[in-house]
Amino acid sequence: MWKSARSAAALLCAALLASACGGGEQAGAGATAQGKVTLSYGVWDATQQAVMRDLAAEFTKSHPNITVDVQLTPWVDYWTKMKAAVSGGAAPDVFWMNGPNFQLYASNGVIAPIGERIDTSVYPKALVDLYTYDGKLYGLPKDMDTVGVWYNKTLFDAAKVDYPADDWTWADFRRAAAALTDPDKGVYAVGAQLTSFQEYQYNTIYQAGGYVISPDGKQSGYADPKTIEGLRFWTDLIAAKQSPDLKTMTDTAPLQLFEAGKLAMYWGGSWNVAEFGTNDYTKDKVDVAPLPKGEKQATIIHGVANVMSAKTEHPAEAWEFVKFLGSGQAAGLLGKKGPIPAYNGTQQDWVRAHPEWKLQTFLDSVAYAVPYPVSKNTAAWQEAELTHLTKAWTGETPVERAAADLAAGMNDLLAEE
Amino acid sequence: MSDGGGPARGSRAEALWGYAFIAPTGLGLAIFYLWPVLQTAYFSFTEWGPFGGHTWTGLANYTRLLGDPEVGRAVLNTLTYTALGLLGIPVAIVFAALLNRPGLRGVSLYRTAFFLPVVTMPVAVAMLWRWLYNGDYGLINQVLAVVGIDGPNWIADPATALYALVVVGIWSSVGYNLIIFLAGMQAIPKELYEAASMDGAGRVRQFFRITLPMVSPTAFFVSIVSVIGSLQLFDLVFVMTGSGKAARANPAYTRLQTVVQLFYERAFVTNDRGYAAAVVIALLVLIAVLTVLQFRLQRRWVHYV
Repeated sequence: MWKSARSAAALLCAALLASACGGGEQAGAGATAQGKVTLSYGVWDATQQAVMRDLAAEFTKSHPNITVDVQLTPWVDYWTKMKAAVSGGAAPDVFWMNGPNFQLYASNGVIAPIGERIDTSVYPKALVDLYTYDGKLYGLPKDMDTVGVWYNKTLFDAAKVDYPADDWTWADFRRAAAALTDPDKGVYAVGAQLTSFQEYQYNTIYQAGGYVISPDGKQSGYADPKTIEGLRFWTDLIAAKQSPDLKTMTDTAPLQLFEAGKLAMYWGGSWNVAEFGTNDYTKDKVDVAPLPKGEKQATIIHGVANVMSAKTEHPAEAWEFVKFLGSGQAAGLLGKKGPIPAYNGTQQDWVRAHPEWKLQTFLDSVAYAVPYPVSKNTAAWQEAELTHLTKAWTGETPVERAAADLAAGMNDLLAEE
Repeated sequence: MSDGGGPARGSRAEALWGYAFIAPTGLGLAIFYLWPVLQTAYFSFTEWGPFGGHTWTGLANYTRLLGDPEVGRAVLNTLTYTALGLLGIPVAIVFAALLNRPGLRGVSLYRTAFFLPVVTMPVAVAMLWRWLYNGDYGLINQVLAVVGIDGPNWIADPATALYALVVVGIWSSVGYNLIIFLAGMQAIPKELYEAASMDGAGRVRQFFRITLPMVSPTAFFVSIVSVIGSLQLFDLVFVMTGSGKAARANPAYTRLQTVVQLFYERAFVTNDRGYAAAVVIALLVLIAVLTVLQFRLQRRWVHYV
């Protein structure tokens, strides 16, 4: 019996070990005798795989001795696999980095800072700051995204509500929300999504004048009354039944509800363009407006950067590639086929791709955008955010208390960093 | 006398051959099972950096474990699920007895139908049930609406979530258990039933007086396997509650979080691998204790012929 119990547990451990080690395969292949170098390039977005290959091919044209192998790992496994690969000394030479993970990688010295002086004024400052740790820049911004309110014109017309103006406020938003809600048809104004802080809570927190984390990354902002105001924006909508309750949104995500005509508005990112452009329902029914203004205007800006592994065997070649990916030439290529390029002045192609939508909104909002809040172990307190705020979203705990508990828990986690 | 060494040499050679034959399995077991277990046990006394590298912290992980409310909750959820999962055994016995009736037509069709969930990927099963359980668009609630019942959000409602999960767990394991019980039932000598019917015992009485006691060793085996499997519950919860971060935003999460899920979160989400190792070692101990307990209790209900 000991054997059966132990082997069952062993099986579990072995399975987990095996899955953790699965990432070890993607080692950067080395140089050959002729000075030919192959760089591995880790990315997570399948829809961008083709344009990444195009960019790699373009790079090889100007650097004939370097070829780039684009390695796709789906988003759900990307960070798990990356951690295992880094631990095993087998990280790709160059790979995509995001805000929440950046400081973890930089502070542990597993990605290399950029040694050369470069002109960073060509990128939005918020993104340069996001990828700066301890005064050193570690990655060149590749793309960027901001948040806007996608709205269903058909539902606005049916409720005889004017489309959102560019300078609308929280009060305007609330008025529209009340008018758009139609319980008989099962239509809600908006879905107060709990799982996507980037599109929901973080925006209203900064709009209310609050903050998520102090600039030095040591203190939680959730005890601040203004931060709580930003959270209450959403819990009020649920309480007024202008948003579905959390149970409903757990079963059916707000995105699906919006695409089924059950939500009049959806707070979403510039990245939703691809989704709404191909969905048969939303294709010709939606448009986008800026986020409403609270005490101030704010939208969360985030973007992916290209970084180099600290252990790459070809640091010079890796840097050449990162530099190329951060250039205006690469951004021009990216903007035609992918997300908004981070390189200033190359974004118009992206806007022109959908003349039927006011995509300029996403670019205009960069002026007042706030960087995605991060620290060294962002994932730890992001879990705490969900644990505590779930209770406020269900109404089980008043939002002030949930926020206070969260602030305490988050401060403990920040102290451990 | 002179050939006294013969048999000894022969048996030694035989033993060597024996070892050679079990070597592939034995080595595989040692490298892929035993070694990771030992390593995990060692790691449970250490603290890990997110990219490897660890320092010895003694019992720190275990003291933290004892004071962690999430551990208590996860253990309680897991034990409840495990206990309720045992209800699958009587279900399997009843179906096995029905399928074992002499002269039943289309037996292989039924067996295939019952076994289908077993050979289906757990993730696919979970996805399917997720849709069935959907509060607004799920088939279950649409059927209930026909008879005027407004069904809950089955897997997002703390009152129903765990039970909804148990139903899926039983549904997907009943086929496997049923096959084992069928084998057990077919090993029961026909004479017993013949004698019983001569004495005037009906089908129901035969079931309770002959079939049940005779399959009790099978039931014991099934309950051991089922308890161990239930204690390791992960994939169903992972997919059905909303994988990754989203799971914590499920209002029923406090009722659904299992030990292995907690392990997953600590190891792969919050970069706390030493603590995760302690969690999984605690699970190992729990499994061992429950298994010993079951062996102790078997005397009371298992009949060996």
